[in-house]
Amino acid sequence: MIGLDALGIAAAVLPGAVAAHHALDRTAATRWRNTGFWGVFALLLAAGPWLPDLVNGGLVLVMVALATRGLRAAPVASSDAAAQAVQASRLGAWLFVPALAIPAVTLVGTLSVANGRIAGLALIDPKQVTLVALTLGAIVALGLALRLTRPPRGAPVAEARRLVDSIGWAMVLPQMLAALGGVFALSGVGKVVADGVVNMVALDTPLVATIAYCVGMAVFTMIMGNAFAAFPIMTGGIGLPIVIRHFGGDPAIVAALGMVSGFCGTLMTPMAANYNIVPAAILELRDRFGVIRVQWPTAILLLIFNIAVLASCAFPGGWGR
Amino acid sequence: MLVLSGIAIIIVGFALGLNPLLVVTVAALASAAAAGHGPVEVVAMIGRAFVDARYLAIPYLALPTIGLLERAGLRVKARAIVGGLRRATTGRVLLGYLALRQVTAALGLISLGGHVQMVRPIVAPMAEAAEERDERGALDPETRDQIRAHAAAVDNIGVFFGEDVFIAIGSILLIRAILAQEGVSVTPLDVALWAIPTAIAAFLIHGGRLLLLDRRLKRRA
Repeated sequence: MIGLDALGIAAAVLPGAVAAHHALDRTAATRWRNTGFWGVFALLLAAGPWLPDLVNGGLVLVMVALATRGLRAAPVASSDAAAQAVQASRLGAWLFVPALAIPAVTLVGTLSVANGRIAGLALIDPKQVTLVALTLGAIVALGLALRLTRPPRGAPVAEARRLVDSIGWAMVLPQMLAALGGVFALSGVGKVVADGVVNMVALDTPLVATIAYCVGMAVFTMIMGNAFAAFPIMTGGIGLPIVIRHFGGDPAIVAALGMVSGFCGTLMTPMAANYNIVPAAILELRDRFGVIRVQWPTAILLLIFNIAVLASCAFPGGWGR
Repeated sequence: MLVLSGIAIIIVGFALGLNPLLVVTVAALASAAAAGHGPVEVVAMIGRAFVDARYLAIPYLALPTIGLLERAGLRVKARAIVGGLRRATTGRVLLGYLALRQVTAALGLISLGGHVQMVRPIVAPMAEAAEERDERGALDPETRDQIRAHAAAVDNIGVFFGEDVFIAIGSILLIRAILAQEGVSVTPLDVALWAIPTAIAAFLIHGGRLLLLDRRLKRRA
């Protein structure tokens, strides 16, 4: 059955190819550092499930050490502006087809094989259907792009390396933060924070409890980098016992607005690296926090809006009691 | 309280601009040590969680395709399209993408977007081109970075405050599961319904900010 293990092997092809390209490039100042970083990343993605946890952890530390010493991107030969303009005018709107094929294949695959069964056979792990479809979409798109643009032979890997180098260590940060979230949960960070919120303010009116719950969701999401990690702890600590049970708040309203308050936190934290830090690298911003700087005003205004909606709609007798 | 040392390390480390991979590793070791877990145990834990989260690397598989298309002038083409539309401003381009991203996410189509597949090759060049046409020339680095950051933000805000309106999305399933553990039952439809006011507010607030961005860009030009 195609599941997470197969997906990991597929995902490993990209850093593996980039590592090989670096190894063959005699010009880069940090040739072996780059080779090692992307090679170890590929190894973890492909073989991690079959290696002991401690070995995997050691390999992660090797990557951290190499990234800390510095991965410098060396220029890769690509096309110049004039050549791009010529090809763009020749290919026209066809250029968009491979790019749009990725979401299109993902969508069709997800909808048509929702239960993972193809012709009655359980071929795909039902929980991974979207990711399998996304992988397939990437393969189809690459095939289309190769047919359409007819690049020289080494170009696909060289272009991939150009983009991977420009993203750099930020590419593995989301997985590191997932690991940190696991360590925080195991160390009981959540309980300390939830207890802190409960003890810090007297939650004696619905409005104060609502503010504590929504702001708590946002702040705790900022710490964990993920609203899904914050929701069980904040809802178990404040949402359920106080906002819902004690003050009689409607559970659907409280939970829905608690969750979107968490999303407001996601917009404001570097811990949500795949949304905030990786895009800054993908778009080659000079400021690592550039995306967060643009998002926080919207996040704060929306958080205030959420508090207002929750406080005025969730309680049967109104919040003023 | 000492388990919070990890959070303090994160804040200080990020503020000092140290390599985030190093900061995260040290923070994990510190918090775990405060809770009585030894370094060997923590390293194994990091190894397992890192491998368990390997699905996060799948979207990067789009990179070779995007690289090839950029090589063949995809960004040039995206710019040319917007350059020919006189009424398309940076703010309006981004507003259109915000609406598209939010509506498709609300229908459960969250894979129609993303920073690698959509923002870098298509949305950001279009938003930049609109301003370049108005300024009649290349953008200075500050303006360019600000427009790009806005392009990334629009993708995030659109998907976050769209997807919650879709009843079969992960966050609603999580809400049901957590409340059910405590004997409280809610219907997915009710939860999705109460995500709608925030979805509308997100569009109005952020859309308004995008139109303000247009005004600011115009004044600078």
